[in-house]
Amino acid sequence: MTDSAWIDAALTSARPQAVGALLRYFRDLDVAEEAFQNACLRALKSWPQNGPPRDPASWLIMVGRNAAIDEVRRNRRHEPLPEDDHAISDLGDTEEKLAERLDGSHYRDDILRLLFICCHPDLPPTQQIALALRIVSGLSVKQIARAFLVSEAAMEQRITRAKARVVEANVPFETPGAAERSERLAAVAAMIYLIFNEGYSASGDTAETRKPLCEEAIRLARLLLRLFQGEPEIMGLMALLLLQHARAAARFDAHGQLVLLDDQDRSLWNQKLIAEGLALIDKAMRHRQSGPYQIQAAIAALHSRAEKPEDTDWKQIDLLYGALEVMQPSPVVTLNRAVAVSKVRGAEAALQMIDPLAARLSNYFHFFGVRGALLMQLGRSEEARVAFDRAIALANTSAEAAHIRMHLDRLIRDSSPSGEKISKK
Amino acid sequence: MLYAILCYHDEDFVGSWSKEQDAAVMDNLRLVQDKLVKQGRLGPVARLLPTTAATTLRKENPPLVLDGPYAETKEQLLGFYIVDCKNLDEALDVARDLGAANPGGAYEIRPVGVFTPGGAPK
Repeated sequence: MTDSAWIDAALTSARPQAVGALLRYFRDLDVAEEAFQNACLRALKSWPQNGPPRDPASWLIMVGRNAAIDEVRRNRRHEPLPEDDHAISDLGDTEEKLAERLDGSHYRDDILRLLFICCHPDLPPTQQIALALRIVSGLSVKQIARAFLVSEAAMEQRITRAKARVVEANVPFETPGAAERSERLAAVAAMIYLIFNEGYSASGDTAETRKPLCEEAIRLARLLLRLFQGEPEIMGLMALLLLQHARAAARFDAHGQLVLLDDQDRSLWNQKLIAEGLALIDKAMRHRQSGPYQIQAAIAALHSRAEKPEDTDWKQIDLLYGALEVMQPSPVVTLNRAVAVSKVRGAEAALQMIDPLAARLSNYFHFFGVRGALLMQLGRSEEARVAFDRAIALANTSAEAAHIRMHLDRLIRDSSPSGEKISKK
Repeated sequence: MLYAILCYHDEDFVGSWSKEQDAAVMDNLRLVQDKLVKQGRLGPVARLLPTTAATTLRKENPPLVLDGPYAETKEQLLGFYIVDCKNLDEALDVARDLGAANPGGAYEIRPVGVFTPGGAPK
């Protein structure tokens, strides 16, 4: 590996800890970021000459902190800021004190705070994700803009707005209590899942561009799990992301069209990611403390374990969705469950299950896709056609629309109900 | 004499390699390994899954199972086993049996990601 690739990797991996610690010192996101940037510039000069430091994160924190303090002092010479005097002398610690601060006792809460600031409830989800990718992951505005398919200027504005809201929100800097910490953890987990879904739900031309979002979400989940080793839901989240991402290579055909689970070439699934996902589920289950991420991961695991689609344990999947319905009632969960029910108890039972959802899912593409497929299976072609037409009107991507059109073509070709299968993404 | 060579590195750092960088490192290593294989000197090689997948069994009475890797510094690595197990519970059972036969200390149980059995070195 070249020097620059090595240094890039070191700076990326040290970033959350370093920015988190600098944020604790300066209590200002912009100052912390700038201090980290300065430290990185110095690292690029110093590391190739002197070799890498033993602990890159501590090096960056110390250098970044000193650089920022110098900056404040320099500015003070030009225009005195008497109110800041106390804060500055407070920061002028001895090396000994600094070493004590770097001993890692703050490590967990620094990173959690940094992540939590990005997913503050005052921020809309799109701003949360953008901010986390910029601040925690260190992606450039250009990279983020590309992943979100918006202009660089628009993304710059989105991030600036998010930062302003964070300042208003005034997140406390004290070490959080147990209840507060667990709340932060849940919010951060949800934000990481959002980032993953941004990448996962992409298709067509944009799938490749947005794939880094999945990888970044996995990296953040891994970071979180290393800080909170004993949290079964974080293990579940990590497992869920790994198991879903393991199918990435099989999810699209050569034309960028979505390939449904039943039709995927399972030899393209990444067995190493699957192995890690399954290992994490094993660990989580020992806690006997179930949660939505664990259940969704267990469902993904049952798909991963099936070498052929017909080996899938739909009965168990039905039960798991049942448990998820109780824990997190949502029409979308019921809709997913109906797909499993159709495999276990037939299309009629599944249709009965989703009929009551019609009002709440009247604008949901997948509802009409599933409903159409069930009706088609039951030979109710005319009703199926109506459902498919509605699905096409609601499709979010051209791949989704193309898939439904395929069903419609089949419907027109042969109106016989034999052997039609319902597929699930 | 057989020597074990144990690999240590910063997991976050290795984890931030791109797929291409990771593959390049593995290719470089394989060149060295191939040479040893030809000489009939290489035994099993394993790349472990990340420590987030690790569980630790403290060999107390009763044994204590903890999430995460072995983190103490006052005990030293003395040996290791590679065992084929269906799942973590089975691996923990094996570790408990071993622990009963030799109490004290701890076992870290970590799934293996990549494994090459290697030749049989003399």
